Amino acid sequence: MSEEVKNIIVGENEEYKINMGPQHPSTHGVLRFEVTLKGETVDELKAHCGYIHRGIEKMCEKDTYQQIIHLTDRMDYLSAHHNNEAVCLCVENALEVEVPERVKVIRTILDELGRIASHQLWWSAFGMDLGGLTSFFYGLRDREKILDIFEESFGSRLLHSYNTPGGLMNDIHPNFQKRIKEFIPYFRKKLPEYDDLLTNNVIFRNRTEGIGTMSKEEAINWGVTGPSGRGSGFACDVRKIAPYSAYDRVNFNEILYNEGDTFARYKVRMDEFHESLSILEQLVDNIPEGDFTAKMKPVIKLPEGEYYQRVETARGELGVFIISDGQKTPYRMKFRSPNFSNLFVIKELAKGLKIADLVAISGSLDLVIPDIDR
Amino acid sequence: MSMNIYDMSTITSAIDTSLKANLSPFWAITTELVLVGLVVLTFYAILGLFLVYAERKVCAVMQNRLGPDRVGPKGIFQTIADLIKLITKELINIKNADNFLFNVAPFIVVIATFMAIAAIPFAKGLQAVDFNIGVFYVIAVSSLGVVGILIAGWSSNSKYSLIGAMRSGAQVISYELSVGLSLLSVVIFSGTMQLSTIVESQADGWWLFKGHIPVLISFVIFLIASTAETNRGPFDLAEAESELTAGFHTEYSGIKFAFFFLAEYINMFIVAAMATTVFLGGWMPFHIFGFTAFNHIMDYIPPIVWFFGKAGLMVFVIMWFKWTFPRLRIDQLLTLEWKYLLPINLINTLFIAFIVLMGWYFK
Amino acid sequence: MGGLEEMKTIFNYFKEIYLGIITLLKGMKVTGHYFIRPGDIVTQRYPENRDTLEIADRFKGEVVMPHDEENFHKCTGCGICEMNCPNGSIEIITKREPNEDGKPVRMIDKHIYHLSMCTFCGLCVKTCPQDALEFSQEFEHAVFDRNKLTKVLNKPGSSLKKKEIKK
Repeated sequence: MSEEVKNIIVGENEEYKINMGPQHPSTHGVLRFEVTLKGETVDELKAHCGYIHRGIEKMCEKDTYQQIIHLTDRMDYLSAHHNNEAVCLCVENALEVEVPERVKVIRTILDELGRIASHQLWWSAFGMDLGGLTSFFYGLRDREKILDIFEESFGSRLLHSYNTPGGLMNDIHPNFQKRIKEFIPYFRKKLPEYDDLLTNNVIFRNRTEGIGTMSKEEAINWGVTGPSGRGSGFACDVRKIAPYSAYDRVNFNEILYNEGDTFARYKVRMDEFHESLSILEQLVDNIPEGDFTAKMKPVIKLPEGEYYQRVETARGELGVFIISDGQKTPYRMKFRSPNFSNLFVIKELAKGLKIADLVAISGSLDLVIPDIDR
Repeated sequence: MSMNIYDMSTITSAIDTSLKANLSPFWAITTELVLVGLVVLTFYAILGLFLVYAERKVCAVMQNRLGPDRVGPKGIFQTIADLIKLITKELINIKNADNFLFNVAPFIVVIATFMAIAAIPFAKGLQAVDFNIGVFYVIAVSSLGVVGILIAGWSSNSKYSLIGAMRSGAQVISYELSVGLSLLSVVIFSGTMQLSTIVESQADGWWLFKGHIPVLISFVIFLIASTAETNRGPFDLAEAESELTAGFHTEYSGIKFAFFFLAEYINMFIVAAMATTVFLGGWMPFHIFGFTAFNHIMDYIPPIVWFFGKAGLMVFVIMWFKWTFPRLRIDQLLTLEWKYLLPINLINTLFIAFIVLMGWYFK
Repeated sequence: MGGLEEMKTIFNYFKEIYLGIITLLKGMKVTGHYFIRPGDIVTQRYPENRDTLEIADRFKGEVVMPHDEENFHKCTGCGICEMNCPNGSIEIITKREPNEDGKPVRMIDKHIYHLSMCTFCGLCVKTCPQDALEFSQEFEHAVFDRNKLTKVLNKPGSSLKKKEIKK
C-alpha cells in the first residue's frame, strides 16, 4: 500500500485518482475506469479497454465463411444469434441467394427471444449494481426458461452457432412452438413483479431520474445506438430503417423517450420486453413450411468487392463489413460494434456526478465488454 | 399475577445470597461479574451464529433458492464452518498503516455492542444492569461503534476504506438524532427511562397500541433510522460491494473481519430488542382486552419466549428491508434524515407531549 | 396568496412521503410473496439428482463416434471433418492396410479429438459425409490431468462397417 500512498495526487484542488479496475463487480467484464475524484464527485473519467482482445477480426481472415460463425458468437455473447445472423445476411446478400421464408421467420423469432433473454440479464445485473440483490435472481430464473428452449433446439444455451450462410444448420425441434407459447403468458405475468420491485420503487427512481442525461445531439455525435440512443430520442432502430429477415411483415412500435436520463434508458428496455413478446405472438404460429436451408456450394467464395450489413442487436447497431478478393476466406472483416460507441459517451455523462451514479450510468448503458475489444 | 412463576429475580437473588454467605463481599461480587460476563459472552456467540444462518436462509427463500444446505442437516453448521475458515486465515499486516489503531478498531466495535446487550431486559429479573437511565445508556453506548468504524477506515491507509469510513461516519451521526427522538416518545408516555419499568408499564397493553398514531409514527421512524444506524439494508453504502469493494473493512482479514461482521449482526439484534422493549412490550405477553381465558393461556408461555419471538419478528423485518430495496446514495440518505425524518420526529414529539398532558391516550 | 403556496408545498411534502411508502410496501409484497412460498425454489440439488436429470437430446456435450454392437463405426478417414474444424481440434491419422479382398486401402488409424480446444460449433458433425460423428450429452468434463482431454474417438479393434451392396 505504500505505492498507493505515493500515488495519491493531492493536488491544489484536492483531487485524487481511483481505479475501478479490471476486476470489479459492477463493470460487467474487464474494463478499467480511471476516475479522478474531488471528494465524492467525479471530475474526469478515462475508460481503458482492451483487456479481452482476442483478435477475432484477424482470426476471421483465415477461416471460411461457415467457420467464421462460431467466432462471431463470442463477441457480444448475449446477442449471439444476432451476430451470427449479421454475417450470414452479409454473405447471402453478396451472393444474392434467396433464403426460404421458413428460415427468415425462424431467424426473427430467435432474434426476439435472444433480445428478451439479453434484457433479462441486463435487468438482473442493473438491480444488483444498485443494491437490490433480489432482482438478480428473479431475472435469471425467468431467463432459464428461454435458455431451456434454446437448449432443446440447438444444443447450447448461450453460444448457438445455429446460423450458417444459406439458412440454418438443423431444423427446429418439434416442441419449439409449444414451448414458446408456454413462455409468453408466463413472462407476461412476471413483468408486473419486475415493475413493483424496481421500476416504481421510490429509492430506485431517485437513483436514476435526472442522472446521466444525454441529449439527442450527443447521442448522434457519439454514435450511441440501440436502447441507449432511443432513450434520448434518437430513432435508430435498424429493424425499422432497413428491415431484414421477417421484420417487414410484423407490427411493432419503436420505443422512444425524450428525457435521455438513466430512467429513460431503463424504460426503453422494459417496454421492449412487451414489444418483443408481441412480435413473438405474431410469428410463433405462422412459421411457413419449407426447407431450413437454401442450396449452397460447399465452398463459398464471395465475388470481389465490399459488402456491408447492419443488424439490430440487443444493444445497438452491429455492422459487418467484408472486403473480399475472390478467395474462400475474406480479405478483411470489420465489425462495427455497438458497445464500443456506447462506452465512450460515459466520459461526457459522468462529469459532476458521484461514484454511485457512475455505476448506475454504466449499468443503464448495458455494456458487454468482449464486444468492445473483440 | 401468574407471571410470578417465571420471575427470574428469585433465581438471581438466590445465587447472590449463597455467594455472599460463602465468600467475602469482594470475591462474591467478582464471581458474579465473571459469571455474568461468561453468560453474556456465550449468548453473544450463539446469537451471532444463529443470526448469520437465519439471514442466509431468509434471503435465500426470498430469492427462490436454497440457502446453505450441505454442512450439517439443512446447513446449520455452515456458520461454524465459516468461523473456522475465518479463524485460520492469515492476518495481513499492512505496511505504513497505523498498527495500534488498526488492531484496536474491531475491538471497539465489539465492545460497544457488548455494553448495549448488558442493559436489555430479557425476562423479569433477567437483566445484567438495570440503570435508571436505561434508554439513554443504550443510545450512548451504541454510538461508540462509529468511533470504531472511523478508526478502521483511517488506519487502513487505503483510499477505499477512507471513503467508506467517512460516508459511514456522516450517516451514523445523522441518524442518531432520529433514533434518540423516537425512543424519547415512549419515554414521555411512560415517564421513566428505566427499561424494566418501561416494560412493566406495558402490562395492560403495549405502547404501540396504547399510544395509537403518534407512537406508530415513532415506531416506523425508529425502524428506518436504526437500519441506517447499523449500516444495514438500503443504507449500506459504507460496505457497498458493487461500488467500492468492501468499504471500511476492505483491509481486514481473518478474525478481525469476523469481528466487524459479527458486530453488525449483533447490532441488528440490539436494535430489534430495543424496538421490542420500548414499543412492543418487552417480555409482556399479548393480551386482548376482555378475553380473559385467552389472556390466561398467553400467560403460560414463558416471558423469554415472548421476548425472543418479538425480537425475531423485528429482525425478520429488518432483513426484509435489506433484500428488497436498492441502495441509497449518500446525499439522498442525508436528505432523508435532515429534511424528512427529523422534522416529522420533532413535530411528533411535540404532539406527544401535548397528548400526554391532555391524557388523550388509552390508559 | 403566499399562504396557498405554502399549503400546497406542505401538502406535496406529505403526499410525496405517502406515495414513496406505498411503492416501498409494494416491493416488499413481492419478496414477501416469495418468502411464504418455499415451493417455488428452483435450485436443483445437483450431484444427488444425476439419475433424474433430463438433458435435451440435442445438447452439445462432446463429440463421439458411435460404435454398434460388433464394434463397427462409419468413419472412412476422409479428413473432411479435419478440414472443416475452425481451430484444429481434430487430427486424423490414417494407415494403409490390406482389407479383406487383399487390396491395400487407406483406412482410419486414429481419430484424435482435442476436447480442450473444441468450441462445439458442430461443423464436423454436420459436414461428415458418412454421418460418423455425433454429439453425446455428457457434460462433466472436469479432469485433473490435461492429457485426458485429448481423446481418440475410434475404439481399439474397431473397423469400418461395410455398406451392404443392394443387388
